[in-house]
Amino acid sequence: MPKKKSAPDWNYAPAPESSSQVNLAKRYDHFIGGKWTPPSNQSYFTSTNPATGKKIAEVADGSPTDVEAAVKAARAAYKGSWGKMSGRERGKYLYRIARLIQERAREFAIIETLDGGKPIREARDIDIPLAANHFFYHAGWADKLDYAFPNQKTAPLGVAGQIIPWNFPFLMAAWKIAPALATGNTVVLKPAETTPLTALKLAELIADAGLPDGVVNIVTGAGETGAAIVNHGDIDKIAFTGSTAVGKLIQKSLAHTEKRLTLELGGKAANIILDDAPIDQAVEGIVNGIYFNQGHVCCAGSRLFVQENVFDEVMWKLKRRMDSLIVGDPLDKNTDIGAINSKAQLKTIQRYIKAGIKDGGEIYQPSCDLPAKGNWCLPTVFTNVAQSSIIAQEEIFGPVLAVQTFRTVPEVIEKANNTPYGLSAGVWSDKGARLFQLTKSLQAGVVWGNTFNQFDPTSPFGGFKESGYGREGGLHGLAAYLNLEFS
Amino acid sequence: MERIEVLKTYKLYIGGKFPRTESGRYYQPAGKNGKKLGNICQSSRKDLRNSVVAARTALASWAPRDPFNRSQILYRIAEMLEGRSAQFVDELKQQGSTPTAARKEVAASIDRCIYYAGWCDKYQQTFSSVNPVASAHFNFSVYEPMGVITAIAPEQSSLLGLLGTVLPIITGGNSCIVIASETKPLCAITLAEALATSDLPGGVINILTGVRAELLPIIGSHMDINAVVASDLTDTEKSNLRAEATSNLKRTIFCKQDPAKTESPYPILATQEIKTTWHPVESSITGGSAY
Amino acid sequence: MKSHTKNTPARYIPSSSPPVDQVGIAERAARFTTRSIKDTTKRAGLNMVLNMIDLTTLEGADTPNKVRQLCYKSCHLHDSIPGLPTTAAVCVYPTFVKIARTALGPHSKVNIASVATAFPSGHATLKQKLEETTQAVGDGADEIDMVISRGKFLSGDYNYVFDEIAAVKEACGKARLKVILETGELGTLDNVRRASDIAIHAGGDFIKTSTGKIASAATIPVTLVMLLAIRDHYFKTGEMVGMKPAGGISKSKLALHYLVMVKETLGPEWLDNRWFRFGASSLANDVLMQVAKLESGHYQAAQYFSKD
Repeated sequence: MPKKKSAPDWNYAPAPESSSQVNLAKRYDHFIGGKWTPPSNQSYFTSTNPATGKKIAEVADGSPTDVEAAVKAARAAYKGSWGKMSGRERGKYLYRIARLIQERAREFAIIETLDGGKPIREARDIDIPLAANHFFYHAGWADKLDYAFPNQKTAPLGVAGQIIPWNFPFLMAAWKIAPALATGNTVVLKPAETTPLTALKLAELIADAGLPDGVVNIVTGAGETGAAIVNHGDIDKIAFTGSTAVGKLIQKSLAHTEKRLTLELGGKAANIILDDAPIDQAVEGIVNGIYFNQGHVCCAGSRLFVQENVFDEVMWKLKRRMDSLIVGDPLDKNTDIGAINSKAQLKTIQRYIKAGIKDGGEIYQPSCDLPAKGNWCLPTVFTNVAQSSIIAQEEIFGPVLAVQTFRTVPEVIEKANNTPYGLSAGVWSDKGARLFQLTKSLQAGVVWGNTFNQFDPTSPFGGFKESGYGREGGLHGLAAYLNLEFS
Repeated sequence: MERIEVLKTYKLYIGGKFPRTESGRYYQPAGKNGKKLGNICQSSRKDLRNSVVAARTALASWAPRDPFNRSQILYRIAEMLEGRSAQFVDELKQQGSTPTAARKEVAASIDRCIYYAGWCDKYQQTFSSVNPVASAHFNFSVYEPMGVITAIAPEQSSLLGLLGTVLPIITGGNSCIVIASETKPLCAITLAEALATSDLPGGVINILTGVRAELLPIIGSHMDINAVVASDLTDTEKSNLRAEATSNLKRTIFCKQDPAKTESPYPILATQEIKTTWHPVESSITGGSAY
Repeated sequence: MKSHTKNTPARYIPSSSPPVDQVGIAERAARFTTRSIKDTTKRAGLNMVLNMIDLTTLEGADTPNKVRQLCYKSCHLHDSIPGLPTTAAVCVYPTFVKIARTALGPHSKVNIASVATAFPSGHATLKQKLEETTQAVGDGADEIDMVISRGKFLSGDYNYVFDEIAAVKEACGKARLKVILETGELGTLDNVRRASDIAIHAGGDFIKTSTGKIASAATIPVTLVMLLAIRDHYFKTGEMVGMKPAGGISKSKLALHYLVMVKETLGPEWLDNRWFRFGASSLANDVLMQVAKLESGHYQAAQYFSKD
């Protein structure tokens, strides 16, 4: 604000979350058939803290033999007690899991932050509570499925293979496991190789909840482990969240099978600010849209469209707001932007930033001291971005925003839809009639009007076009795990 | 002297017009007792391309049209079919149906139009949801058409099966290209003539005839088709189509139920995307004076 | 003196105030409360809070002695802890300004603020309001806390509200004017924003949330809306305007959240009692207990801190 500093900065002293509550082993095996099972090839990989580069734990590297064992266990559980259990009893197990997550929320939040680099505030206030809510919500569906799809017979699919990404490791595990169990399936889940720990802690919790052996199996590993799940002959359904490129590969490799598939893939969401918008709240929406979780969000509002007559005001406010963001130690309760999840991802983001500059974009980054070690990226905004520029076209999956301007509503609708992706979009306007014109016209599975990046277990989530197919959450999300009479 | 019968030229139906196949190719499927049914257009890659362009154009006005209006147009299709029922019966017989079966199929086809006409303004109301999110937001999920759909009409049920495949697609506001039964294409072409005189805008339904095996790979890899619907493909055809569909992640929808025998709103939902919209709900400042 | 007539051109066009999304404001407001304020930051923050307090007594039962005690307390918050600041001001009814001036002396660091203009309802003629203002300033008030005419505002007579503020500002002379919006009576945050814009444009040096006399007083969301109005004014003109939330802020933790909001919305330049105040009667003692806790390491009890 004023150039002259009349008062000393009142900077926040460090406020690190204590990790004394955390109970982590040095080494984790697979969780198969209710037992901790060492990898058949005796091979482990390490999971590191992206904020410090320090090793946290060793994790089993899953081979096709391990996947085979997990699928066997899942199939046995499906044929056995779980398959025969009434919906009501199944639901009770899910309620139990939800409650246990709530009780151990703090520990899970800390581990999520240690393993993935996200700010503790987000892990604590968003990821973990939402995950618990997902179990709680789906628990109630288990004995009410007949009401979800009237005049249609429903049955579980069998064994679901689930592969989840590193951006919301625990929340994605909940998004996958909760509906699968509520609908009567059993599960083989593979967390991402850089963030396996909370899924393994969830396995502990599931054992504590007394779930029958084999209902939930967790196998850790990288792409090859995932491929072993995808290609396993005794899996009935694959649910994948990740990049569009990998999603396409999966569809291709499943083409000759009748395995059911749902894909939740990439995005390049338009966030549109009209001139009558509540600008200050829109700026919050921009920040929440692109800098939430370091921008590692498939539905991130990574393309900002600002109506020309409010462009100066929006950019002035956005830049000031970016200046107030605190980047650094993810465990500090005041951190807004944590560590980039991996070295590889940091390199990818940096490559895009370079490309943005090369394409003639004007870059702005706040000045902010970064820790010496770890993977960091300042919140970044590019103005003067051409629609054809690579940073306006491709999913960066980092805290990088590409800003374009527009003059009229038809123009912005055309620009916003001019992408192969269709996961999410945002619109800011104080005029209801105009807002609904846009929400109707935008090709996206989730459209936020005067808000952004809101999630709820009752709210179906999923994409149009190359952002994938199938929905997660809500009544509509149940269909992904049911054998329905009509398809 | 016996009158010389005027033979019908069978054409394609693209964007409301009746072009011959751009390729100039034709084939002669055999009907009852091996009698040739006629010279049927053998559609090419370019015919498909043209019909996708027509369907994409038509989509822009069909998708946002009032459901009530769509409903009336579907009803109008039924009216037009009723007037041509004798011709359909005759063609079905030429293609091998018994007279009774032919009459039954035509009647059922007309009724199917009316069945889906009624759903146009009801599926949204029946299957959309308002989602009770735990925050100060109004949140609802509605169905939107997937876009341009290619339908592979079943091989054996040339009229009812085709309509059973296509009607749910257009009921939901999609436009489509339908590949008619390869061996029994006559009704599809006559249907086109009925559609052309109904109120259905040109391009909403485009009808191609030709060789399924030739067209499927072109469909699978076309980047401007949003979904493919089929019910009687072989395992290999399905497998190839799924693999080719990865090009633009077009949805591959292989119906478990025979579309000729299915009357249900669920096939409508199969070619719909679900869009979820969020909006804040304000709370006022409450309090009031104590003095 | 300007008087309001129907023919005067509009001083305020309602559409010039931007819309406010209440849910977005509430979300942003909640974020301020997740900041963790510890150690030196907390200690510095608590000192700032004390130094920003307008120590207030606005009771029907106020007496000269009560006001004298308040004045003493404003300069001697807790003498057993060395280095404490004074409060920014004392805030009293106009009839007690003279007594406060005598008690504090002519050159006190502590300002005297007085609630002129028919506080709290504001139902009086402009003439009466101006007389009251002139009297309070003449008796030695450094600051005038006026209430706007909410009835006129809610009936859409924005020009009346604007002119009234401008007139009181003129009557203030050198005294700084704080304009109380009584946000709890305005119903919506859009109205809060509109009233803030009117008060700023009409010449208010501070905008202030509440009289403290109704149930819905200062809240973080309401204050945020007002801070954003100040910020927009600064963006357009380069002029700083002060902010005073009043009523309902009695705990140090909450007061620190307000400081976080001020710092992150307007910048650290506003963290000074020239630009930010708390209107409060019991906040000071809670802050003192916290300071004592930080100094001694022990939790405190209210009985060890003088009420007045």
